[in-house]
Amino acid sequence: MKHTLVARVMDQPGVLNRVASLFRRRAFNIDSLTVGHTETPEFSRMTIVVDTARVPAPIVEANLRKLIPVAEVVDVTHMPTVDRDLALIRVRCAPAERAELASLVEIFRGRIVDVATESVIVEVTGDEQKVDGLVELLRPRGIVEMVRTGKVAMVRGSVVAGKPAAHGAPAA
Amino acid sequence: MQRTGAQIVWESLVKEGVGTVFGYPGGAILPTYDAMLDYPIRHVLVRHEQGAAHMADGFARASGRVGVAIATSGPGATNLTTGIATAMLDSSPTVFITGQVSSKVLGSDAFQEVDVTGITLPITKHNSLVTEARHVARTIREAFVIARAGRPGPVLVDITKDAQQGKADFHYPETVHLPGLHDPEPPDAESLARAAELVDRAERPLILAGAGVIRSGASSALRDFAERTGTPVALTLLGIGGFPQSHPLCLGMMGMHGEAFVNTAIQNADLLLAFGMRFDDRVTGNIKTYALHAKKIHVEIDPSEVGKNVKVDVALISDLRVALEALTPIVKARRPEAWIAEIDGWRQDTRSRDIIHRDGNGRLLAAHVVHDLWQTTDGTSVVVSDVGQHQMWEAQYYKHDEPRTLITSGGLGTMGFALPAAIGAKMARPEAEVWVVAGDGGFQMTQCELATLQQEGLDIKIAVVNNGFLGMVRQWQEFFHERRYAATPMLSPDFVKLAGAYDVPAYRVDSRADVVPTVRKARETKGPVLIEFRVEKEDAVYPMVPAGSDLHAMIRRPSEAGQEQEVRS
Repeated sequence: MKHTLVARVMDQPGVLNRVASLFRRRAFNIDSLTVGHTETPEFSRMTIVVDTARVPAPIVEANLRKLIPVAEVVDVTHMPTVDRDLALIRVRCAPAERAELASLVEIFRGRIVDVATESVIVEVTGDEQKVDGLVELLRPRGIVEMVRTGKVAMVRGSVVAGKPAAHGAPAA
Repeated sequence: MQRTGAQIVWESLVKEGVGTVFGYPGGAILPTYDAMLDYPIRHVLVRHEQGAAHMADGFARASGRVGVAIATSGPGATNLTTGIATAMLDSSPTVFITGQVSSKVLGSDAFQEVDVTGITLPITKHNSLVTEARHVARTIREAFVIARAGRPGPVLVDITKDAQQGKADFHYPETVHLPGLHDPEPPDAESLARAAELVDRAERPLILAGAGVIRSGASSALRDFAERTGTPVALTLLGIGGFPQSHPLCLGMMGMHGEAFVNTAIQNADLLLAFGMRFDDRVTGNIKTYALHAKKIHVEIDPSEVGKNVKVDVALISDLRVALEALTPIVKARRPEAWIAEIDGWRQDTRSRDIIHRDGNGRLLAAHVVHDLWQTTDGTSVVVSDVGQHQMWEAQYYKHDEPRTLITSGGLGTMGFALPAAIGAKMARPEAEVWVVAGDGGFQMTQCELATLQQEGLDIKIAVVNNGFLGMVRQWQEFFHERRYAATPMLSPDFVKLAGAYDVPAYRVDSRADVVPTVRKARETKGPVLIEFRVEKEDAVYPMVPAGSDLHAMIRRPSEAGQEQEVRS
């Protein structure tokens, strides 16, 4: 099973390395990890998707919490969240096919953001399934290059994930 | 008033109450060493930085105070790493300070540059690189707070040479801003009530006491709980000393080389109370067959240990002493007589096979050496053991009644630990009688610290248990590799002459009759003494649970009549 953990970490050099090193040495399996700035300059936020087939999520969470620069960790897997993944996809496209491709991409609320003679770059944002869906449709046309950011997540409503109020001790 | 970063290092250590540091100078830490002369701190010059790390660790384990070691950049820092990892695995509160090349050349492969914070990332609780003098005080303050907090551990502060030379105002912060450092909370009432219910219902309860008992100062709280509930206490290697071994409820050590009856009791228990221990593989054997009939209550300060190896029924994530003080008043006072009688039956069987009750037939057995050392020292010494067979015999036959009287490398199993750790322990507790018990292999790894011992004028007694082999590895080869002794027979120097070179009086003992008189002679001598015990070469530590085997499938000592190995299930 995949779990999504949101971690509030101090914005200092080496934090990403500490998290990556922890996952490597404990053999926790990272599916994706994103890190970026937050509303507070002091903190960054990581969204970590982890495969918990071998190690249960509470153990991963507890280990993350042991890192001194990690202020808080919340498992948002079973909370209602807004999830987003962004992809840039360079796909083969002859000039004559551009209009058709544009309308296909439009269905996914994606855009063509760059055009070359024989290819275009498509940008799409959405939850992972939606991005996966577009990728599968584009694959037969010839995907030359692709980059995805990995998932970022935010809990819906007024609950603030990663703030002490939402902190819960791991279950036994 | 402005001070250099180097001065701030010492100002900070003085503020932390540090009186002794263990270290070795070098280029990148030179400004700090220069400033040292102006501060009231005793510096112990070691012969190898690994020794400094073990000394800081031994200091911490013997006293509970933070041990401090200092080294230069590059090889100075990499030499510390074995000792840092040793402290990490056994949760020893330590602070390591290393010099680093100047910030202007960081990352350029400058002379004696190595990425110390990178290398020590997985073997420290936390580490920091300081490149400006103004950050030195705060970072050292944070290091001490982190080293002591919750589950203790090693913290490393790497300070560039220009940060040591630069100037800043000195303010030592009382409080630190560490949002990721959570103070342990008292256990919640609901979990306490569930734990109490399990305790009251259990018919075959057993306490598994680990290093947490000693770290949290929970010995008397543990005693209160055990006596109120009549629960027998089994000890992990690092839990030894946490509960008096002379206490009628104390069973002794569990696990791979634990007493057979203790492991049998674990496998037959209906409730295990795991107090400050982490179900290490050396303690559980095959996890799939471990204590299958037992409910488990885990009292542990580190949440990441709960459910890591063994599923538990109730977890109290808390400081152990706090948890026990809350739990004891709400459980029923009782005594599970039938269970205690059953364990005593198993104990009689173990006793009848005990090597202590057998004659060595003219051979000197290491177990007898340890037993006689225990009796001759009235069981009151601080014993610092190394790693291997002698370590297990020490754990089996030296009965410790007080916390912090056995100091040994459990988690990492670091050979070479004993002599330097004993130096640290003696400096932390100068009034204590300190004995090193080491094998011929491990002793040779750090024997250079004999010079440190003499230089500091320390009164430490050393027992080298020499069987001419890397004994524990030889034992594994005997049991599991058809006695193919690859690289385990070992030539040693003449230990008596070696000690002589360091001006340490030394004796050689090769018969049982000479053990007690020689130990007595050593105790009567002021200053260090080394005794080499030439023991039986191919003796094995029994019982033994082979790695990964079921805890109840122990290899027992062959009976006196037959030489076949008995396996009891």
